[in-house]
Amino acid sequence: MNAAALVRYVLRRIGLAIAVLWAAFTVSFIVLYLMPGDPVATMAGGGLDGEPLTPAELDALRARYGLDQPLIVQYGQHLWNALHGDFGTSVQSGQDVRAAIAEALPPTLQIATAGLVVAIVGGTALAVVATFTRVRWLKQALLGLPSLAVSLPVFWVGLMLVQIFSFGLRLFPSVGAEGPASLVLPAITLGLPTGALVAQVLAKSLDQTLTEPYVTTARAKGVGRAAIHLRHALRNAAIPALTVLGYVVGNLLAGSVVVETVFTRPGIGRLTVAAVGVQDIPLVQGIVVFAAVVFVLVNLVVDLTYPLLDPRIATGATA
Amino acid sequence: MTSLLQVEDLRVSYGGVLGELQAVDGVSLTVEPGEVVAVVGESGSGKSTLAMAVLGLLPGTGRIDGGRVVLDGQELTGLSEREMRAVRGHRIGLVPQDPTVSLNPVTRIGDQVAEVLRVHGLADRRTAELEAIALLEKAGLPDAQVRARQYPHQLSGGMRQRVLIAIAIAANPKLIIADEPTSALDATVQRRILDHLDLLTRTSGTSVLLITHDLGVAADRADRIIVMSQGKVVEEGPVQQILEDPRDPYTQRLVASAPGLRPVPPPAPLPPGHPLVEVTDLVKEYRLPGRRTLRAVDGVSFTIGRGETLGLVGESGSGKSTIARLLLRLVEPTSGRIVLDGDDITRVRGKAARALRRRAQLVYQNPYASLDPRFSIEEVVTEPLRAFNVGTRAEQKARAAQLIDRVALPASVLRRRPAELSGGQRQRVAIARALALSPDLVVCDEPVSALDVSVQAQVLDLLRELQAEQGLAYLFISHDLAVVRSIAHRVGVLQHGQLVELRPTEQLYSAPEHPYTVELLAAVAGQGSTRREPVGTGKALP
Amino acid sequence: MTELLERPQSALPEPVPVQVTRPDRGKLLRFLGHRPGLVLSLLMVAFVLVAAFAPGLLAPGDPGVGDTAERLQPPSPAHIFGTDYLGRDVWTRVVHGASLSLQATVIAVAVALVIGGLIGLLAGFVRGWLDDLLMRVVDVLLAIPAVLLSLALITALGYGTVKVAIAVGVASVASFARVMRAETLRVRQATYVEAAYAVGTRWYVTLWRHVLPNAAGPVAVLAVLEFGLAILAVSALSFLGYGAPPPAPEWGSLVAEGRNYLAVAWWLCALPGLTIAATVLAVNRISRALDGEWRRFR
Repeated sequence: MNAAALVRYVLRRIGLAIAVLWAAFTVSFIVLYLMPGDPVATMAGGGLDGEPLTPAELDALRARYGLDQPLIVQYGQHLWNALHGDFGTSVQSGQDVRAAIAEALPPTLQIATAGLVVAIVGGTALAVVATFTRVRWLKQALLGLPSLAVSLPVFWVGLMLVQIFSFGLRLFPSVGAEGPASLVLPAITLGLPTGALVAQVLAKSLDQTLTEPYVTTARAKGVGRAAIHLRHALRNAAIPALTVLGYVVGNLLAGSVVVETVFTRPGIGRLTVAAVGVQDIPLVQGIVVFAAVVFVLVNLVVDLTYPLLDPRIATGATA
Repeated sequence: MTSLLQVEDLRVSYGGVLGELQAVDGVSLTVEPGEVVAVVGESGSGKSTLAMAVLGLLPGTGRIDGGRVVLDGQELTGLSEREMRAVRGHRIGLVPQDPTVSLNPVTRIGDQVAEVLRVHGLADRRTAELEAIALLEKAGLPDAQVRARQYPHQLSGGMRQRVLIAIAIAANPKLIIADEPTSALDATVQRRILDHLDLLTRTSGTSVLLITHDLGVAADRADRIIVMSQGKVVEEGPVQQILEDPRDPYTQRLVASAPGLRPVPPPAPLPPGHPLVEVTDLVKEYRLPGRRTLRAVDGVSFTIGRGETLGLVGESGSGKSTIARLLLRLVEPTSGRIVLDGDDITRVRGKAARALRRRAQLVYQNPYASLDPRFSIEEVVTEPLRAFNVGTRAEQKARAAQLIDRVALPASVLRRRPAELSGGQRQRVAIARALALSPDLVVCDEPVSALDVSVQAQVLDLLRELQAEQGLAYLFISHDLAVVRSIAHRVGVLQHGQLVELRPTEQLYSAPEHPYTVELLAAVAGQGSTRREPVGTGKALP
Repeated sequence: MTELLERPQSALPEPVPVQVTRPDRGKLLRFLGHRPGLVLSLLMVAFVLVAAFAPGLLAPGDPGVGDTAERLQPPSPAHIFGTDYLGRDVWTRVVHGASLSLQATVIAVAVALVIGGLIGLLAGFVRGWLDDLLMRVVDVLLAIPAVLLSLALITALGYGTVKVAIAVGVASVASFARVMRAETLRVRQATYVEAAYAVGTRWYVTLWRHVLPNAAGPVAVLAVLEFGLAILAVSALSFLGYGAPPPAPEWGSLVAEGRNYLAVAWWLCALPGLTIAATVLAVNRISRALDGEWRRFR
């Protein structure tokens, strides 16, 4: 790929990323502000339980949040603020939305990263072993695991792990966020569904790749099975798995909602549950847009990884 | 004298949900040192399975049930996977079927060639790299030094096949198995590749087991031919004998229907009359990324008379299928004029465009894809009638039965689904559908190239009969010059979207004028057998 | 090799095609006989359906009434799923919870199927700028994790079984739209669709007779698969407490109630959760069977 094409490619990716973020903002605005119901009434009702506000107080609130303006003006105002990184203040705590998210981020980042490692390592290992083994029952059993794993409710898996490993075997703590030991069970819980997806896609892709004619060519050269599996097939098979990974990494963030609740850990997930509970609209919108940012960044990384795996993508533009 | 390869009573079967399928059923054959033996058969004859069984590379559920494979005195059947690995690539090389998918897309060419040398311990990392370049040069790849650093997708199909040849010859094997090595390539490329493979193996004295469906290719390249049908060897002998004096009825039919070998005299040109179709200066451009355009069809003019067959030949990418779609207005022309029976149809829309569908019909290349899998055959054939509300339902049914009878299929197929029919039967159904509205013109886009040769001959006969009965005009598009010769009154040659030559069939084939036509004709397989010396002389080895 | 497996019958002379008869009962039994897991899955789904529509048949008691003297009893013949902290029979609560949970799931899948299917069909068949526009919207929906999108909708709509169901359904619109569009595109480009145009069939007839029937299969498979995902999503939201208010039994909220007694009464979490898992597993197994397994068998 020549320099000009590379610049065009990168510019297009960035343009696309901005478009996705703008659209995510718009979608969340539509969902949160245009749905039936009065945002002020819901916000006020949720925020100040049991103390009905007077109409005058409601109007004051509306004016404070700019809700007395026409919708298009509100949208423009919110978008303008969002462009400056200002998503307003939390109705519940009065804290700046951006600060609230930034504060909740580190513990979530910990379990998400640990969960991602569990997912990639576990998923890849399972797929490689399942497609390599010639023991039929083992292959069947291994390939059955992912569909089992995606059928289990995440919250239930977490609780069962706590039951067995915390209350039963007393190996890991059941709640909290202190020390690496507290990370193990949440990471497994969070990584399980993602890892199952990776394993499923990679195993299918590996099986398919192993029937490709170029694998026959390699076998006809006298190359051994393990070398064919790891040197020829895995790299070709990794591409679909990578694509899927790009799409499901966002699920790690979403999964933190359940996992942090189960393990009583602080983080984005708990923040979300609390925000939804009191219908804290600015905070919920901030979190949704933040999730889109994460998605866009992850997929940017994925897109830049493709050419390393598949030369057709790197040179395809000029070939 | 001991044979290099000896196969004795080999039996291979595939197990599946449908039950056992005996793919190779008691085959015995030998390949002498330095000999080229061709195994010829149609799809399903078991020829590819035989080749893979020799290499111990049966796919999926394939299993050797009995018999022996002996290479150079060593029995291969029963060797462990590890021992077999030492044989593959080192003592037997494979040139696989489709070069476009037989190279690892994410590995450099040079590394893929070098891998053979590395796994057999014939070179270390550095020398393997250099030797790979030498091998690529030997296989006839231009700029081998540069190409070795490229990836497969940067090479053309022909170049990729040369890479695969380099891989096959890398370890200097005594036997090369070539499994349909060029059937995915254009005729001119096919010829050059086979010539080169010939040269390499004859100079090094390597034996070749050539697997092919094309009796013409076998006749040109082999010393001995083995004909397989339904898993069994039906006949075996020197090329000359098989071609001139086939004993087995199957071989006789195969030889009779191979278009390249026994050209049917082409139909004589028709007397000039008022043409049915007049195409003038037809151009079709496609926009490519980056403001470039591709001229798929570049100023083509021709006419087709009533009851006439115009053949269009050309290699892939020559624009022949685009012309078919332009004529039927499935694609919008960029410029030019198409006149059908006096009416200008170049820009017609709406009603007039639909009326055109009643007069001109299309028969597709792939009978597997052109019939809706959910339709019954009756629904397929009556679809045009329903589209134009011709007749009552009962009349439509009657018409379908009549058409099915016309294309020589039993009435029972009307209730079947396409998946239950064979390829030849499906193509007959497609022809019946095309005839439902009694059109004047039928455009046939490679109508027989997906079929086995014997089925090909039957479908071509049907087309000729229908033409004689109904005075149909055909635009017959094909990459196969021999097929076109047997059916067309006049033939046009396409190259890069331009019609380089258009003349009555006999004239074009006996005295081609344009250099490209000459090259195309020279590449037709099956002519060599009459030119070459009788086999066996001059290379009897100890 | 492949050629051989695809058309083993093609040889000289043109063969009589293999007679393929309509699937008969014997064949169906043989198909199921080799797949005990599938039979079990069908039974499980049948069981859940009975629980949803006639819970009294399986558990005659009242899910809301308990005997405090019998609180936190482990599973026994009298209470096969044990009792909870108010002495209520967990089995009865799980059976009666099926109705609410299933209702939410059906609504969610219906919302996703109808909206997503229409968007996909329109985008795939009309193409052009409309396709671009609709697919960009779908891309954005995919960029927001489904759970967060559902939560945003719940923030706006409020709590309750139906609202949770709608929230889950809207969050799955994107995947239906994508599959429907891809299928429509695939079928549209099939040679037999061009052949239909070439014989003069009108576009709406082509859409109805060729495109829809051939594109519907994979979408139906996705709908069954989505059913399993929707059960999980609905129960997760119910676990978080956004579903029906207590004491109404919902599968997710049953697990949530049991959470506080995890150390002393494992069955309160384990058994309702196991019911959810078994249902989802069964649905997924059936979806796999629909996705070609039966066709290949024939």
